[in-house]
Amino acid sequence: CVIRYLSSTSEATPHVCIVGSGPAGFYTAQQLLKGHPKVRVDILEKLPVPFGLVRFGVAPDHPEVKNVINTFTQTAQNDRCRFIGNVHVGDDVTVAQLRHLYTAVVFCYGADDDRTLGIPGEDIHGVYSARSFVGWYNGLPENTQLEPDLDTDTAVLVGHGNVALDIARILLTPVDILKKTDITQHALEALSRSRVRRVYTVGRRGPLQVAFTIKELREMTKIPDCTPVINKEDITPLESIIKDIPRPRKRLSELMIKTAKAEMTDSSKEWHLKFLRSPLEIIADNTNSRVGAIRLGINKLEGPLDEKQKSIPTEEEESLPCGLVLRSIGYKSISIDGAIPFDTKQGIIKNTAGRVHGENGLYCSGWVRRGPTGVILTTMTDGFDVGKVIVEDLNSGAIQADHTHVGYDGLMVTLNKSGVKTVSFSEWEKIDNAESRNGEKVGKPREKFTNIKSMMDLVT
Amino acid sequence: LCTSKPKANKEKVTINFIDADGTKMSTKATVGDNLLDVVIENDIDIDGFGACEGTLACSTCHLIFDQKDYDKLPEEPTDEELDMLDLAYGLTDTSRLGCQVCVSKDMEGLVVTVPGGIADARDPNE
Ligand SMILES: Cc1cc2nc3c(=O)[nH]c(=O)nc-3n(C[C@H](O)[C@H](O)[C@H](O)COP(=O)(O)OP(=O)(O)OC[C@H]3O[C@@H](n4cnc5c(N)ncnc54)[C@H](O)[C@@H]3O)c2cc1C
Ligand code: FES
Repeated sequence: CVIRYLSSTSEATPHVCIVGSGPAGFYTAQQLLKGHPKVRVDILEKLPVPFGLVRFGVAPDHPEVKNVINTFTQTAQNDRCRFIGNVHVGDDVTVAQLRHLYTAVVFCYGADDDRTLGIPGEDIHGVYSARSFVGWYNGLPENTQLEPDLDTDTAVLVGHGNVALDIARILLTPVDILKKTDITQHALEALSRSRVRRVYTVGRRGPLQVAFTIKELREMTKIPDCTPVINKEDITPLESIIKDIPRPRKRLSELMIKTAKAEMTDSSKEWHLKFLRSPLEIIADNTNSRVGAIRLGINKLEGPLDEKQKSIPTEEEESLPCGLVLRSIGYKSISIDGAIPFDTKQGIIKNTAGRVHGENGLYCSGWVRRGPTGVILTTMTDGFDVGKVIVEDLNSGAIQADHTHVGYDGLMVTLNKSGVKTVSFSEWEKIDNAESRNGEKVGKPREKFTNIKSMMDLVT
Repeated sequence: LCTSKPKANKEKVTINFIDADGTKMSTKATVGDNLLDVVIENDIDIDGFGACEGTLACSTCHLIFDQKDYDKLPEEPTDEELDMLDLAYGLTDTSRLGCQVCVSKDMEGLVVTVPGGIADARDPNE
């Protein structure tokens, strides 16, 4: 018949749509382009600018980590790849519409929400989420108005992961160092007025269970004019087992022991690493206008001395006076479209090996697939793996390109109808250049635009 | 880190990379270059190798040496290199980061292994 004849002479080109332009999106795209000679890849991003948490998460004083952007840029410049910014999937275009236009849709939209402590007082002035605080110093448009109140000498960070250490480091690092980074101007100004001298980083478990890595801990021990403080009693039990711990945990524990035993030096700032504390309540100060203290339950560890020890509450409590509380207990993914099977408990899209459950042609990778943990490297492996799975499915015929999958051209018709102004990669490069130029004037690698309007003004 | 020699006496040695599937990729490497440069300059196909471009901020350039070759390396890894290696998948006692190891004359015929997957060590959240 005619249809079969047509499809055998002009084989349709597969079009793949990637939702989200963070590391997961770019690494998945890279693998697709490498693994399939014809596939066309469109990367949709809700913001006008690409790179997700590499731009808006990674700390400004970690410019080396951002070198991955060079590889992403090469991918975006591939003839078969396109970046389409300022398109909010779920709002500007539905997943159902994308499925009509593309052979496959890959969700790489990360984790846009965060976990709350669920304790009284979390809404008092002076309590912020790590996610919004990071977004604020990194220029995420939705967080630029945060104006965190740093008019206090003591901050408490809840959580023992790398994000908590990033924030502690930003709060304690001399502004003279930060001003040479791409930290936003509003954050730099606020930090230069900050009175914060003491930062407590509290976690519910012990030193063997911390989730931060040694690089970040070592940085905490090297901040100029800042003394790292770890209680000797918390650490000494480790000495008996240190030689039997596997290497990464061992070196991390050794550094904590060394820090705990170091002579106290004279400095104007302190960083305290506190274990076995669970926040119970945040309490307002006597003017009732801001945070005055945090009430912490004291835990003990149960089970043999290893990473799997559980913390259980004791009857004891303590109150830590402070004027700033930041909760850093985890990011969380959300469902962006009712059409996606979503596991609300785990906060991930239901999937096996990146194939979305029960939905042929839908895939996911990165934080929205595995949960919000792991470095860019972890996300990279995930992106590569899912990219390979999609190529496999294209080759096996499990998903098939057909002539109705027109990709970009069809998408633009839909977006034009609803008046969405998209941003191309070369338009991003205009923004990028303007940011670099603005940075140059003040001795920074970049001065970010912090609101969507100023970004869009450059491309329209 | 590695001192580049003047162009005239740029000696070359053969280095062999064994990838996760056991495929051997051999290449000529310039003495003085580091092993990340060698991979990039010779288009050795290793997915994601050198993501941070040699700035000690990733561990994608992880390579495993034979004990005898490892022992011969002139410089011990720094704390910062070991810190990044701690995040690498399939870490061994003879692991190094390729961007921190320079090619020397006595490396002729060296064989290094590229580990298969990537670790899951960093958990940014508690
Ligand atoms: C504060 C912080 C610091 C970190 N520092 C480091 C570090 O120093 N080194 C390191 O290796 N790793 C670091 N990480 C981890 C690293 O950032 C993650 O592993 C990685 O970014 C996850 O990639 P992803 O693509 O899954 O998500 P993301 O990077 O979050 O990308 C998701 C993208 O999807 C977009 N999006 C969301 N919803 C939609 C929608 N509806 N439509 C279209 N687009 C959408 C978002 O705008 C975003 O651009 C850090 C993480 C955080 C939170
Ligand atoms: S290339 Fe990143 S550490 Fe070597």
